[in-house]
Amino acid sequence: MEQMAQPSLLEKLEILADAAKYDASCASSGTAKRSSSAGGKGIGSTEGMGICHAYAPDGRCISLLKVLLTNHCVFDCHYCINRKSSNVRRARFTPQEVADLTLSFYRRNYIEGLFLSSGIVKSPDHTMEQLIEVARILREEHDFRGYIHLKTIPEADAELVHQAGLYADRVSINVELPTVAGLTRLAPDKNAGRIEGAMGGLKTAISEGADATKRFKHAPKFAPAGQSTQMIVGADAATDADIVGKASQLYGRFKLRRVYYSAFSPIPDASAVLPLKRPPLIREHRLYQSDWLMRFYGYAPGEVADAAGADGMLPLDIDPKLAWALRFRERFPVDVNRAPREMLLRVPGLGVRAVDRILASRRHRTLRLEDVGRLTVSVAKMRPFIVTADWRPVTLTDRADLRAMLAPKATQLELFAA
Amino acid sequence: MTAAFPAMHAAEACVVEMPEPDDFEFWRDQARLLVQGGVRPDEVVWTEPGGFESLFGHGGRPVPAPGAAAPVVRASRPFVELARSAVCHSDPGRFDLLYRLLWRLQANPRIMEDGADGDVRRIDALARAVRRDIHKMRAFVRFRRVEGDGGAERFVAWFEPEHHILRANGGFFVRRFANMAWSILTPKGSLHWDGETLAEGPPAERSDAPAGDPMEDFWRKYYASIFNPARLKVGAMLKEMPRKYWKNMPEAALIPGLVAGAQGREAAMVAAGKGYEEERLKSLSAIEKAIHQCRRCPIGELENQAVMGEGPKHAALMVVGEQPGDQEDLAGKPFVGPAGQLLDSYLVEAGIDRGQVYVTNAVKHFKYVQRGKRRLHQSPTAKEIDICRWWLDGERELVQPKLVLALGASAARGLLGKTVSITRARGEAHRLEDGSELWITAHPSYLLRLRDEARVEQERLFRADLAAVAERLAELAG
Repeated sequence: MEQMAQPSLLEKLEILADAAKYDASCASSGTAKRSSSAGGKGIGSTEGMGICHAYAPDGRCISLLKVLLTNHCVFDCHYCINRKSSNVRRARFTPQEVADLTLSFYRRNYIEGLFLSSGIVKSPDHTMEQLIEVARILREEHDFRGYIHLKTIPEADAELVHQAGLYADRVSINVELPTVAGLTRLAPDKNAGRIEGAMGGLKTAISEGADATKRFKHAPKFAPAGQSTQMIVGADAATDADIVGKASQLYGRFKLRRVYYSAFSPIPDASAVLPLKRPPLIREHRLYQSDWLMRFYGYAPGEVADAAGADGMLPLDIDPKLAWALRFRERFPVDVNRAPREMLLRVPGLGVRAVDRILASRRHRTLRLEDVGRLTVSVAKMRPFIVTADWRPVTLTDRADLRAMLAPKATQLELFAA
Repeated sequence: MTAAFPAMHAAEACVVEMPEPDDFEFWRDQARLLVQGGVRPDEVVWTEPGGFESLFGHGGRPVPAPGAAAPVVRASRPFVELARSAVCHSDPGRFDLLYRLLWRLQANPRIMEDGADGDVRRIDALARAVRRDIHKMRAFVRFRRVEGDGGAERFVAWFEPEHHILRANGGFFVRRFANMAWSILTPKGSLHWDGETLAEGPPAERSDAPAGDPMEDFWRKYYASIFNPARLKVGAMLKEMPRKYWKNMPEAALIPGLVAGAQGREAAMVAAGKGYEEERLKSLSAIEKAIHQCRRCPIGELENQAVMGEGPKHAALMVVGEQPGDQEDLAGKPFVGPAGQLLDSYLVEAGIDRGQVYVTNAVKHFKYVQRGKRRLHQSPTAKEIDICRWWLDGERELVQPKLVLALGASAARGLLGKTVSITRARGEAHRLEDGSELWITAHPSYLLRLRDEARVEQERLFRADLAAVAERLAELAG
């Protein structure tokens, strides 16, 4: 069937990086601290904070060499550019080629490490073995101490998945779609139960590994940067409230480090089974903001859902924190000189850093509006929601047109819109 | 202008010459002596190598010698941490600022907590700028490989930091590249690592660094390929990777072209998928009209006509075939050719009245190749079935059958979105999204192609499948 000549290594890189770009994650943070030592064989280090070595014009961080081992795939997931029925050019790397590319890039300081995923070839087990082989070459033959993220295949044997965790800093399995109905329709070869079962298995292995490392100094580390997942937004009919609910459930049940959202975006040779309109990129942004509210600002999932409209969708023109504040105006204004941390965190425009600065500063002075302005980026947006020594919003929070006053101008929004 | 010359009118000022612009330990030792000697911040002039004040000679009184009963100088941990970073800043006023804050700390040890204080904000801003510069250097240094004498390899980078951060960053590169020989050259100095020791060298020039590296072709290819043109966000990129860094990054030369081409690439992808975003049609007659114009896949371009499903508007049973054949195409009706006649006979046998069944196809047009006068049937591809599923879904939404019977693998794909094996899928109910039941069996044209024993066996299975469907239909009705 294949009439084209074997692609060169450069062409393979082009095909298999292009095929990998729909995975949003490129994080290289939060793993165990490691460094290479003089005179030894090893190369590489990880220091907790990840490094973005470049940014693409899509605004995304390039931290890792993110490629597929192959984009041949026996699965036929409709949202995926690599699905069996898609008419894209196919290629496959050998494990050695991926390991060599990783090291060549790493030595030139282009990357923090490798994020390796793959289409399913022959069988899930065979594919998983190939992924593990790349990690093995890097870790064992080259004593590579940089970051490795392996996408694991839920259909593969649990023992293989476990082996992946022993080499990798992070492992991930994509839940793909927020609802089971969506998965059945758009990823007919995948099975929600199987995916969640595998995530549960990883959770257990990660927490057992962390526990063993605490008690035995030389216990092998299992995925010290934990596990993450990705959900595609806008390819099925799930609302923002559905997605937020699903995400919080995943965080809770599987102790995920991150849930990534990927707004379904046009792909070459799209499947015809995706009849829905493509979601605006700003929707993905609003979901990340709501994710942030749950993880760092103390909002319960139900509270984020309250910020959504009756249709379960978060407003696109304002951020979910402002939307929540506008809905629960009776909770405001908040006195920045007296309010507890939890309430300060609810003030639109006040971030975690600014709140901590306010808490420290107010021990030294009674804060005026001007002082708050110095501690934050902009005081304009938060004025209706705060009380300071010299400022009290009188009727502002009751004004019907408050939302219109605070929402960014429509022209600004279009820069983000699809 | 006078403010720039404090030494000129403060003849008795202490002048401290910093040996290096980033020497925190030296600054700390001198500052301690100054505080102990009671020297007020406005009585100190700090100079650094190459700095403006150093041009005006070295007058002024010396830093006081440590006294016997010198008071303890206090510095809080947050101050020391910030000062250690801020001292690397290129702002010539940083030593003054640090000393002023240290002076104020003696009276108010917790001053660093007051984020609204001007000096505290300033040191915080300096420290952050330095940490960012340190971080960006770790990110954007690009090594190029060179072969030295005897084939030994060395990795050399040229980088232009904004602040005096080179020394502060040495440790990072040693920890990461301990077993590589490398050099980082900058206009403010250079670092050289040979695998054992880190040596400092004089300022360098860009021409001292190698001009390229063959691996950069791979890196550029990677950069261009990982970029998603459908998500252009130039502002977000510029925020984290400002233009000032671009000149030393091999991939940055691609950016203008990638940005310029992005909208065209996205438009092409959207155009290729066009027509999928329309609203679902609300009546079977509207669907019938629309499929006649459908050119979403190449089958519609052939010499043929669309064949609409046929049957009662709310039939309990929907039978789905693959596509119209030669005779169906000519007649404009489904299942009228040999396979249709065979189907009819089995329906009668199973006690199902075809008049009560909605009969349709997964693909609405006849796909064929011309061989002389004959049109030879061609199976639709998975993609063509997926494209046509839009119409079949529309029919299902309107008819709302309780049970759907798929004849053959193409029909099953049109309903399930995946390719299943008939042998494995037949004989049991599958649940469709809308709650209806799907049963799968072979296509009658398959039976027509078989001979002898194989045909007998397949006919038996087909008959059994239809009997099971009839039975299930009766249950659902009851």
